[in-house]
Amino acid sequence: MALSKHVNADHLLQQSRDKKSPSHFANLTQSGPHAPLSHSYGARYGTDPIPKYHIPSKGLDPQSAYQLIHDELTLDGAPLLNLASFVHTYMHPAGVKLMEENLTKNLIDTDEYPATQIIHNRCISILADLWHAPSTQNAIGTATTGSSEAIQLGGLAMKRIWQEKRKAAGKSIHEPGPNIIMGANAQVALEKMARYFDVECRLVPISVESNYRLDPKKAMEYVDENTIGVFVILGSTYTGHYEPVKEMSDLLDEYEAKTGHSVPIHVDGASGGFFAPFATPKLLWDFQIPRVVSINTSGHKFGLAYVGVGWVIWRDKQHLPKDLIFELHYLGSVEYSFSLNFSRPAAPIIAQYFNLISLGFEGYRTIALNDLKNARLLSRALENSKYYTVLSDIHRLDSERSLGASVKATINENDVESYVAGLPVVSFRFSDDLQQKYPEIQQKWIQTLLRSRGWIVPNYELAPNLEKVEILRVVVRENMSELLIERLVNDLIEITEDLIKRDSPMHALDALGTAQSKKHHERAHGQIDEGHVSSSSGTYAKTC
Amino acid sequence: MSLSRHINADEVIEKSKEHPHRKHTAQEGRQTFHQSWSRDEDAARAPKYTIPEVGIPSKAAYQLLHDETALDGNPLLNLASFVHTWMPPEANQLIMENINKNQVDLDEYPAATIIHNRCISMLADLWKAPKDTKAIGTSTAGSSEAIMLGGLALKKKWQEARKAAGKDHYHPNIVFGSNAQVALEKFARYWDVEARLVPVNASTNYVMNPHDAIPFIDENTIGVMVILGSTYTGHFEDVQLMSDLLDDLEKRTGLDIPIHVDGASGAFVAPFAYPNYKWAFDVKRVHSINTSGHKFGLVYAGLGWILWKDESMLHKDLIFELHYLGSVEYSFTLNFSKPAAPIIAQMYNFLNLGFDGYRRIAIKDLRNARMLSRALEATYFKVLSNIHKPSKNQAVTDNDDSDDPELYERGLPVVSFKLSDKFIADYPHVQQAWIQSMLRTKGWIAPNYNAPEGEAETEMLRIVVRETLSEDLCERLIVDILEITEALMGTSMYSRSTFVDPSSPTHAAGVATATSLPHSSAFSRVPSHSAYARPDDVVGEGSALAIPSSLVAPIAFNPPYAPSESSSSSSVPNSPLLSFPQSLPVAALHQQTLPARVTHTLLLPFSFLFHMFTAFFFLTSLHLPFSFFSSPSRPSQSGSAVMLSKTLHQPDKDHGRPEKANFGDGDNEGGVSQSGFARQC
Repeated sequence: MALSKHVNADHLLQQSRDKKSPSHFANLTQSGPHAPLSHSYGARYGTDPIPKYHIPSKGLDPQSAYQLIHDELTLDGAPLLNLASFVHTYMHPAGVKLMEENLTKNLIDTDEYPATQIIHNRCISILADLWHAPSTQNAIGTATTGSSEAIQLGGLAMKRIWQEKRKAAGKSIHEPGPNIIMGANAQVALEKMARYFDVECRLVPISVESNYRLDPKKAMEYVDENTIGVFVILGSTYTGHYEPVKEMSDLLDEYEAKTGHSVPIHVDGASGGFFAPFATPKLLWDFQIPRVVSINTSGHKFGLAYVGVGWVIWRDKQHLPKDLIFELHYLGSVEYSFSLNFSRPAAPIIAQYFNLISLGFEGYRTIALNDLKNARLLSRALENSKYYTVLSDIHRLDSERSLGASVKATINENDVESYVAGLPVVSFRFSDDLQQKYPEIQQKWIQTLLRSRGWIVPNYELAPNLEKVEILRVVVRENMSELLIERLVNDLIEITEDLIKRDSPMHALDALGTAQSKKHHERAHGQIDEGHVSSSSGTYAKTC
Repeated sequence: MSLSRHINADEVIEKSKEHPHRKHTAQEGRQTFHQSWSRDEDAARAPKYTIPEVGIPSKAAYQLLHDETALDGNPLLNLASFVHTWMPPEANQLIMENINKNQVDLDEYPAATIIHNRCISMLADLWKAPKDTKAIGTSTAGSSEAIMLGGLALKKKWQEARKAAGKDHYHPNIVFGSNAQVALEKFARYWDVEARLVPVNASTNYVMNPHDAIPFIDENTIGVMVILGSTYTGHFEDVQLMSDLLDDLEKRTGLDIPIHVDGASGAFVAPFAYPNYKWAFDVKRVHSINTSGHKFGLVYAGLGWILWKDESMLHKDLIFELHYLGSVEYSFTLNFSKPAAPIIAQMYNFLNLGFDGYRRIAIKDLRNARMLSRALEATYFKVLSNIHKPSKNQAVTDNDDSDDPELYERGLPVVSFKLSDKFIADYPHVQQAWIQSMLRTKGWIAPNYNAPEGEAETEMLRIVVRETLSEDLCERLIVDILEITEALMGTSMYSRSTFVDPSSPTHAAGVATATSLPHSSAFSRVPSHSAYARPDDVVGEGSALAIPSSLVAPIAFNPPYAPSESSSSSSVPNSPLLSFPQSLPVAALHQQTLPARVTHTLLLPFSFLFHMFTAFFFLTSLHLPFSFFSSPSRPSQSGSAVMLSKTLHQPDKDHGRPEKANFGDGDNEGGVSQSGFARQC
């Protein structure tokens, strides 16, 4: 019989250990506090359990502590093969070295680290310029730990402005309270902002017709005088579709003309903010649209820095209420701060600036175009296999633009402008044909089987209203070369065909896919009980 | 005339450049360069405020930034910040190996998640979470995020209770001392919670007195934030007393007010230095505790922790469920993606140091802080922090281990000090803020700030004694502070009175404190230094630390601004500057051979002149009035900017910085400005 689910692995290990001798001399490898600590594995924890849940009373020499943790961490996946995440995992060695040199620096300590502060300010200027802020001198922004913080700051500023407006008009700011509008495909950070700051979250349902993203016309049904703003997502995490910022803005213009309520837009460009300006510079989505008051992005996604840097920029200071800004006096200078974190590492910001100047516009564009090219390759290969239907659209010719292009008689296959604009994300599912023929094959097996070959490709439900549709998603990042795409396609096809052969032993994985232990002993430790949390919004919009 | 302050440096630089006729050749040159420094050409053309059209090579970009960041201060000498700046090479290696890992990506990086959960367990154990409750917590980017999460949980709990009782739930307030770090006020402002600041003053040791807090509490109070380790003076606020008073309040009024402990610094000091001190989850009302891993957790910037005593203290609505491949995780954070490396580094410290290692570091920090405190108190300063004061509770003499922090009053290894009243009376023209700027020229960063609200007119200098400030460096620091102070005394236009009067009660008292302690480590630890090493010899002599003038005479101190007095040796023997270093190994002048001493004597004034000159040049280049040094009056200084002009135009620095006047409207503009180094990390 296979191991029962109810075996507690910790308990099992406890039973299986040598009985502890009462003598202190029994364990020869145990190094006393003053014993010479020579080689890593001979040290105390080579044979003793490390105290997992309390701090050991005596320490361990640095080399052994290093080795112990280093070895344990090999159980982590390889960041390169993580196709589930938008977070960037490669930097040039020169950039890595720069980060290492600046590991100890604290960004907030502006007086001690003035050069870092200047670099931070330059990044803001560069982004404001990239996003066509009317005046880079007037634009204002800050680095954040990631897009979550940035989105919350953006939302908070809109909330405060709405509050001021209501107060000035002598109206209640509590009943009815503020609300904010976003597509149901929003990343968890957007909902978090609403819930943590007591703003009613109005989710606009998505549909196949709306390309799995916000439908501006539908969104208008949710707008009222208490709407603090609309979150428009540049690059849905599900399918990589850009939400139509311009259309949303036009509709809100109409609304304002009718009712007098001006509803601002915050663009969540977590991924797209560093992608659209390079891949599709002509696309209208940023500060060129007057209604866009703030934009956030993640430096650690297509900004190509390591995890730990986000950005938020307001088009000008009027959109950042004064009482949210804290003035910090440092030796001789005054700095302003609007952030949820205070002390934070300076290294990611320096890494960001390193990328900006070492790649330049051209470098970022080259990478963006490569990503898209590889994503198109993957999309076409999947579609041509007939096993899969691709939900993302970046490999499809843009009907509006190709009309214009047809005047030129030919469409240049290499020209990114011929295709639908979007993130280099490939979302796909089993084709209807395959589902009909082999109803017993579950799509989530693919995820598990790919994992055994090293790839991480998540399988998730779409956002509410379409939650019955499951999709697999691959994010094509800089390090996903054409060669790797070929390997991935090979593996995918092989796995799928293996499943189709009914006698395949892989069906045994049926159990595996569903019964992945919830009570995994160590992971369960420190986890909260089920039922003590709010309801699931379980989709991978929730991944980074 | 000096440079006008209206000159725009960018313009000046632009005009001073050669005509850019080589633009196109440079472009070509870029294609072919192989050797390193032709890169400079490329770097020079990188636009500062827009993204360059074409990038520059990685090496050039690296060099450019590497060189530019050299202008940053040296983290080691930053005494202003609590943030830790050193880790062993093995830890650095571990961090660099994991620098591209994302903590939130639980499925991809399961080992990192397990390490995270173990850290939580270890902290819960360290903070004495009761066994029968289910402690729960999370890592954060720092204590700010942690405090906000703690406050948010309190707010939500209160809101739900009020909603359930059918009462108004729109006007919450929170109570904490005015010595609070900016994060606490930020929480209040961003989450629409009224911040009720309990005033502090010298009599409360610049921290919140729990008795004073009670009147601020009403039915709309979501909780009290108690600060374990004020950033101003390092004093601990009394968690146990607060809890007892709140118990009492509950009996009288029925209000059940929880406590959040802001242990940003203290929660990693108190458990190790004062293991028996009750402040953590063993105090009944403490719901949650936050700390910064990157302070006395001894990790680099970017890590905080918050723990709740029991998961019932976290409202459902705040927790988001995340579905990962085959598993479910729960999250309550403001940030989402964040680096895993700092958490791994924290575990490294736990394993490498263990309880014992952390304790040794805490004890060492406190010992160095005591030495610094005593040295300052024995001279021109009044020390506001308390960790060098013998504990009132215990018999000091009985214990052999003078290092035991329990023998002294509890607090963080922080030394806050100001010029003594006597000094101010004698040298009214000397501004305390000058010391900060003069220290800077020697490389030290020690900020001078106003005390918290309630006592805001008091200025204090603050030094955080971290692991990296070794005894050796501490001694250098003392020498530098004294040198600077005496140099400033010398700038007087008035005749110099003999400041250190052996019969002066303050001085005698100071010396007595410094030397009468049986194990005054600062001095007794240097046995080779004969007379000064043995407190017994010294106690009782009025001028305890003075040294025989025969030793002192050859190194008579020449204040550069008072040349006429340079030879007056009469005032010398009593000068702490000269006497003090004698007890320190680094300044063992009297062990030098005669020629060396002579050389030193000859050089000292020059090196001093050099320092003064540097400082002076530095100042004038910042467009300060020349009357600076001769100004006899002591102008009232409200802010911290004294040596450096606030109106200074620094184009590069100003670029991208907001102008206050342009900010959007807010309802309480007045309250925004916050000075004081509570604002620091």
